[in-house]
Amino acid sequence: MSSKTNLKKRRRTTSEDISFYIITIPFMLFFFLFNILPVLASMTLSFFDYDMVSNPIFIGLENYSRMFTGDNVFMKVLGNTLRFSIIAGPISFLLSFMLAWMINEFPKTIRVILTFIFYAPALVGNAYFIWQVFFSGDSYGYLNNLLISFGFITEPINWFQNTQYNMTIIIIVQLWMSMGVSFLANIAGLQNVSAELYEAAAIDGVRTRWHELWYVTLPSMKSILLFSSVMQIQSVFSVSAVIVTLAGYPSVNNSVDTIVSYISDVGTARYEMGYASALSIFLFFMVLAFRFGIGALLNLVGKSDN
Amino acid sequence: MKFKLFKKKSTPQYRRYTRSKVGNVIYFSILFLAGAFTVLPLVYCIVTSFKPLDELLIFPPQFFVKRPTMSNYLALPSLLSKIQVPISRYFFNSIFVAVAGTLLHIIAASLAAFTFSKSKVKGRKALFWIVQIMLLYNSITLAVPRYYIYTKLHLIDTYWVYILPAIPSATGCFLMKQYMDASVPDALMEAARIDGAGVIKMYVSVIMPILKPAWMTMLLLSFQEMWTIIPQGTIFSEQLKTLPQVMSSISAGGIARSGSAMAVTVLLMIPPILVFLISQSNVMETMSTSGIKE
Repeated sequence: MSSKTNLKKRRRTTSEDISFYIITIPFMLFFFLFNILPVLASMTLSFFDYDMVSNPIFIGLENYSRMFTGDNVFMKVLGNTLRFSIIAGPISFLLSFMLAWMINEFPKTIRVILTFIFYAPALVGNAYFIWQVFFSGDSYGYLNNLLISFGFITEPINWFQNTQYNMTIIIIVQLWMSMGVSFLANIAGLQNVSAELYEAAAIDGVRTRWHELWYVTLPSMKSILLFSSVMQIQSVFSVSAVIVTLAGYPSVNNSVDTIVSYISDVGTARYEMGYASALSIFLFFMVLAFRFGIGALLNLVGKSDN
Repeated sequence: MKFKLFKKKSTPQYRRYTRSKVGNVIYFSILFLAGAFTVLPLVYCIVTSFKPLDELLIFPPQFFVKRPTMSNYLALPSLLSKIQVPISRYFFNSIFVAVAGTLLHIIAASLAAFTFSKSKVKGRKALFWIVQIMLLYNSITLAVPRYYIYTKLHLIDTYWVYILPAIPSATGCFLMKQYMDASVPDALMEAARIDGAGVIKMYVSVIMPILKPAWMTMLLLSFQEMWTIIPQGTIFSEQLKTLPQVMSSISAGGIARSGSAMAVTVLLMIPPILVFLISQSNVMETMSTSGIKE
């Protein structure tokens, strides 16, 4: 009741508020230094020509116009990033939900074991180089060996150097390690959908598990789904190390290079900090657009169409 | 005093009317295939780490090991002795960086989350909104502008370049705040205020005991990230490098070294797996409050 009467008056800063401000400082200080400042610094630098040695020269929007008019490699890596994200993003999002949904009804011990199995590749982090052995380009590679022994091919295929296959393989590896935080969040969220809701739905005539999923489970999971999609967006748009390890940088014809790999090439190898910053800012807003687009899409979940 | 906040649903007490036989068959087949796809590469890695040299080079390649040996593991110290730094140094660096980064992150982020969740100070909503936006970006996406800032602050080639950027991780702060919203009743805060408790007292005696699941979750996520981090152009001194960086130099050694590369990978898997096993039930409780409401 005290909070209601306070609402009318303007809140005055109390000594408690000051303590609250103080305890927030350590986090916010580093948050500003390593998250906000990089964005602000890139925004500023993106209008300059700067190589970290000579003085920066103001060049207006030239870095941005260069992206779209004078840089074929950028157009290529932008295409790759979009192709990769638009395929791997939604699949990994759906997969992390589907698998969570499937293991949800098992008894606790089995559920924990299954959770561990699917989460393991993301948990151990750097193990993706194992795929190099499977897709190795010589006849020692397991896939080549298998295909040759069954007579599908006669010569080993150099999987990562072959522009026909390498994107697909990279996507498979990304999916393999994409059951991370979003997968855990989905499992936990599903555990919390109350059993009474399912019972009520059954009484209301929901008879298949697909209807139950769409009308009961998904609507009560909306906020968790948004969190898990945010985590999947973050991971697909920042993929770089996996691709550089498996296909090298630059890959054949830049066929699988992503914006992130390209930015670090321009920035930390060529020291074109102005141009690298403009690329970072472009990526920043592109990811932001995807985030809010998906937020809007998720609002349609659970709506009846009849 | 213990709060029972989440209904523990052990076995469904209701008969489910929405399960068909055909559906169940599809269900288990998909689950089995997905599980095999996920786990086989890791099993392969473990199996290969026990293969003797002739089995590594055998043609056609075999999945399973016939005569398991520890030689790949025993060869590790001598493989690394060519670099002047002993393997124990890399191990120490990995542990030190992961533990220091994780601890500082947990403390800083949970204090900030306390303000975002339970205070009425001005600007808290705007700040938390920015934290939420930063969930979209991880350290790799921001690597180049960060590199510029590391250079200005003279952090390049020091331990700080691993540890300091880990402190303001948005995911930990976000999860902590959502968890506090759901599990710390305002009445409890009010009671502490009447007792004359200050912010720090409230944090220690009221908030901390309730937050154990969220702490464990941050421990898992932060430790896992710190453990596998490979700095991009920010660490040059051999004595500051961590195990994942050593692993990549061993695995670059070709097929004869693949046994040792697998052995290092297996050793690197152990700590995150242990942390997961310790924290998993707490993680699930925290994650159930992770939703973003718009």
